Amino acid sequence: MNAAAMKKIIILGATSGIALEVQRQLAHQGCELLLVARSPQRLAEVQADLAARGAQQVFTYAADLASIHQHAAIFEFARRAFPDFDTVLLAYGSMHDQKDSETAVDALLEELQVNFVSASALLTLFAADFEHRHTGCLAAITSVAGDRGRRSNYVYGSAKGALSLFLQGLRSRLHPAGVRVITIKPGPVQTPMTDHLPNSARFADPEQVARDIVRALERRSPDVLYTPKIWRYIMTAVQQIPESIFKRLSF
Amino acid sequence: MPGQSAATLGKQPADQPPIKRILSWGRYPKTAHHRVHKPAWNDQVPDILRSAAPGSLLPYGLGRSYGDSCLNAGRELIDCRRLNRILGFDEATGMLRCESGVSLSNILDVFLPKGWFLPVTPGTRFVTVGGAIANDVHGKNHHCAGTFGAHVRQIGLHRSNDGLVICNAGQNCDMLRATIGGLGLTGVIAWADIQLKRVAGPWIDAESIPFQSLNTFLDLNRESNDRFEYTVAWLDCFAGKNPRGIFFRGNHAADRGKEFHPKRGPKLPFALPAWMLNRYSVKAFNTAYYRIHAARKSVAAVPYDSFFYPLDSIRQWNLLYGKRGFLQYQCVIPETNVEGVEELLDRIARSGMGSFLGVLKQFGSAPPAGMLSFPRPGLTIALDFAMRGERTLKLMQSLDEIVQQSGGALYPAKDARMSSTVFEASFPRWRGFVPYIDPKMSSSFWRRVTGAQ
Repeated sequence: MNAAAMKKIIILGATSGIALEVQRQLAHQGCELLLVARSPQRLAEVQADLAARGAQQVFTYAADLASIHQHAAIFEFARRAFPDFDTVLLAYGSMHDQKDSETAVDALLEELQVNFVSASALLTLFAADFEHRHTGCLAAITSVAGDRGRRSNYVYGSAKGALSLFLQGLRSRLHPAGVRVITIKPGPVQTPMTDHLPNSARFADPEQVARDIVRALERRSPDVLYTPKIWRYIMTAVQQIPESIFKRLSF
Repeated sequence: MPGQSAATLGKQPADQPPIKRILSWGRYPKTAHHRVHKPAWNDQVPDILRSAAPGSLLPYGLGRSYGDSCLNAGRELIDCRRLNRILGFDEATGMLRCESGVSLSNILDVFLPKGWFLPVTPGTRFVTVGGAIANDVHGKNHHCAGTFGAHVRQIGLHRSNDGLVICNAGQNCDMLRATIGGLGLTGVIAWADIQLKRVAGPWIDAESIPFQSLNTFLDLNRESNDRFEYTVAWLDCFAGKNPRGIFFRGNHAADRGKEFHPKRGPKLPFALPAWMLNRYSVKAFNTAYYRIHAARKSVAAVPYDSFFYPLDSIRQWNLLYGKRGFLQYQCVIPETNVEGVEELLDRIARSGMGSFLGVLKQFGSAPPAGMLSFPRPGLTIALDFAMRGERTLKLMQSLDEIVQQSGGALYPAKDARMSSTVFEASFPRWRGFVPYIDPKMSSSFWRRVTGAQ
């Protein structure tokens, strides 16, 4: 790996299914990590695990990433305890049963708050820092669900799609400063977030998805990562379907 | 993040179709489960236990038990594979604390480069720590190290009625002895402290010696037990009373300073058609295997994975036995009844149904670590039989008779069909274990052999 380019990594949402696998692979490479997630107990367990697996140093900070008023404290802690961090990976998200959002506005707003509003707010803080320093890599996990609105999953999809658009613009803004922005679009992955979906046993292995993500963090390309790779082709095809037909599809 | 834990636990509709994809390693019996919980954190386990009906749950790991001891047909499983964190390691003493879903493979990947090895390892690295404890597994060093459970110093055990119970030699030691070999029935292991052992490196100084009779095998053991940490034999089960086989023995080698990368072997992509395994193809394989080893130089330094885990190099080798799956037969027979072993081998050879090389190992005399531990002094034999319906089951019943007459026992982790009589004879003190069973736990195996509901 390019050790000079990525040594100090902040993971926002460090107890999410995909993040857990990413962190293990980074730990194995000897990276230093700052993990942010809600539960101090879970963070401590993850910290112990990563230390045993070779992470140079693992810091943790417990905070609710979805609540924006905690963001300043998260950012301050990062600047203080983990100066010169060079990579930020935003890995948290939530997927409620869409039916809840169709009938209860609160559920809808929470889904948007977690997956888009809070995520874009947090990224803005770190973007400014990287832009100022003229360095860094900002990566966020969105979803293939954001590429097209589907009947069964459009609330989650629209939040993730908005985040993808946000990253696209941010990438362009930060490009002159030499800051990299990576949009990570996983297909369905076997994690606690998707256990309740039908056929979840056939979803992608989080270890494989994490391998793709770690590789993308190390390299100069791509800007948009589909993982597993086949989803780039699937989504290209899905986007070609005319709306007049797509609206009749029940998935 | 909010909502994520709710999604883990609460969202399976009650009218979910039965889950058929979870099978044991033998792929027999075919079972369907009503629900599979997949906790990602130990803090989620108490809720699962609390909300379950009595006798409805069983922890599940990597599913390497061969029969139905890891299954809970028509009921629920707790898939522990996401509970796979290493929680602590003392570099000075080699004491490891890890969650129960950590695999032995994972422990080797992380700790062998640091000079630590498993105190005991079964013939596959793809078992979880929870499974290794629940079956009190043994390995090629049983004669000097005892079972896996003998190296478990402490566990944290989720119990449905009294929360997280800490069990060690001084505290709840009965519960520790019940959980070791307790087939997952005493609760969900949250974490375990395991004493790893120091080794110089990943190499084994191994020897292989052909033998042509049971007596030669016993002589080889006598001569090797003090000098070799690991001993085991593969035998050709078509040879009958005077089995030919290869005796393997080895010790951890001094450091060779060579960089070492375990390799990932091929994978069987699907179940092979049943006709491919017949007495001629298997006989030919066994003969070829014997010839190769009998001809080859017998002393060599080999990588640990080829010494301990030859079958792991073909992933999903269990698919070799076709759609109907296979049964394994593992028994132990006291050495005072060597005729029993001979009779058993003779019966198998005459049936013509035996399969690839069987495994033969002399157990040591270490006292059992658990209440229901299988290993005891004597000779243990393990053989595979492709499932061919009634005649396979009949043959195994006739083997049971020999084992019983010889005062032997069968191994629950390998079993899908022993009768309650045979279980009773194998574990005469099983009723003493019953009070330690968690009221929320049960398994297909346990209901079958004890008549529990």
